[in-house]
Amino acid sequence: MVMGEIKALVLDEDGIRRALYRLSHEIAERNKGVENLILVGIRTRGVPLARRLAEMIRQHENIEVPVGVLDITFYRDDLSLIASQPVVHKTEIPMNITGKTIVLVDDVLFTGRTVRAALDALMDLGRPKMIQLAVLADRGHRELPIRADYVGKNIPTSLREVVHVQLRETDPEERVVIVERE
Amino acid sequence: MPGLHRKDLLGLKDLTAEEITLILDTAEPCREIFARELRKMPTLRGKTVVTLFFEPSTRTRTSFEVAAKWMSADAINITVATSSVVKGESFVDTAKTIEAVGADVIIIRHAMAGAPALLAKSVKAAVINAGDGAHEHPTQALLDLYSIRRHKGRIAGLNVTIVGDILHSRVAKSNIWGLTKLGAHVTVVGPPTLMPPGLEELGVRVCYNLDEALEGADVVNVLRIQLERQKKGLFPSIKEYSRLYGINKARLDRLAPDALLMHPGPANLGVEITEEAAEDPRSVIVDQVSNGVAVRMALLYLLTGGGREDGLLH
Repeated sequence: MVMGEIKALVLDEDGIRRALYRLSHEIAERNKGVENLILVGIRTRGVPLARRLAEMIRQHENIEVPVGVLDITFYRDDLSLIASQPVVHKTEIPMNITGKTIVLVDDVLFTGRTVRAALDALMDLGRPKMIQLAVLADRGHRELPIRADYVGKNIPTSLREVVHVQLRETDPEERVVIVERE
Repeated sequence: MPGLHRKDLLGLKDLTAEEITLILDTAEPCREIFARELRKMPTLRGKTVVTLFFEPSTRTRTSFEVAAKWMSADAINITVATSSVVKGESFVDTAKTIEAVGADVIIIRHAMAGAPALLAKSVKAAVINAGDGAHEHPTQALLDLYSIRRHKGRIAGLNVTIVGDILHSRVAKSNIWGLTKLGAHVTVVGPPTLMPPGLEELGVRVCYNLDEALEGADVVNVLRIQLERQKKGLFPSIKEYSRLYGINKARLDRLAPDALLMHPGPANLGVEITEEAAEDPRSVIVDQVSNGVAVRMALLYLLTGGGREDGLLH
């Protein structure tokens, strides 16, 4: 990952764990149980976050919540604006999503365009009963009418700043930092 | 940096192993669409894809059309009989007209080797070769490679035997380029009159005895024999061809239980392959057709953009 100078450490390893632990309880509480739930992580870093949430839910609810993987590349709204297109990976949703409550999981909520693409991709796969959104960090600056149902940490930022979520599954370190855009 | 750094797909001879692998990797998520109830993605909305076929084809043309439509592109078919080519308009002028009405991708099949390359030089649109003479048929080879990888898990190190009229077959040529680049061991087998010279220089083993060529084969790709070649005296009789180079149950029985049997279609059943052999559990002939759509979706996506690992969204 390209890094500028780190301006602030927002969450360290313990901070991320505590935030996810709270989210896992909020998800179970809001849905009055987790029987009809599927956690769907948006590639790349939404996927390990969804897996961790499922593991925490298993510990306190004693139920295995299925975890799916969503690649939104084919649904992006900026494909015609960029010179060359991103590498596409597989979408892996383990079951029919019709009638289920889906909790979409991503690392950072920013413009809302990734979530818009994810909603379209999910709708093409079936008709869920409800879709909720869980993010580890909400940095503001929405460009679409989209909000998260579960937020690990609200991070006020300027547009010159970038929020990087780093996770042990995908990165050398585990932390959430703000860096200045280069 | 990954990506297809080219405007056109003219043949597998020009591609690197990395580019071929990127196309096959991109075809993976495209293949998933067959499992869906709703087979539509918005990816190529607003793009126009034109198929320009100077030779008859149902299979390849339909496959491209389905691929374009499932990705929400507008697909237009032009065949020789309905175009202005019969009025004497030159080939390049026809292509420029197609581009002027807004084509982003032109898919061309032509009896002349090199016609797609000529077209690619004349237009800004991306050009995909859907078969030119006896030169190349890259998308068929890509779907063959994809089918092998899907069923065998890899391509490098596999023994792949291609059976039939190697001389006139663009499918064989493209397969040879693709397979050797990805590290497979390629054997070709067929009558000496239908074998081009110089294949050994590409690292291909040339055989004239089918049973010898099938020994140790992980994959057998059977080519369609053009029956009119027999009239030209290139092989004595259909019956003899079938006896010497046809794939039948007895020959299949000597292959490994996990071997793969492929045919680009449409097959002359009873000539290059018997019906019983085509329906063997090791035959992936039907699966190849679906894989063809996935590979062509991947190509349309990559040629209208590239394939880069970065995230502009967040």
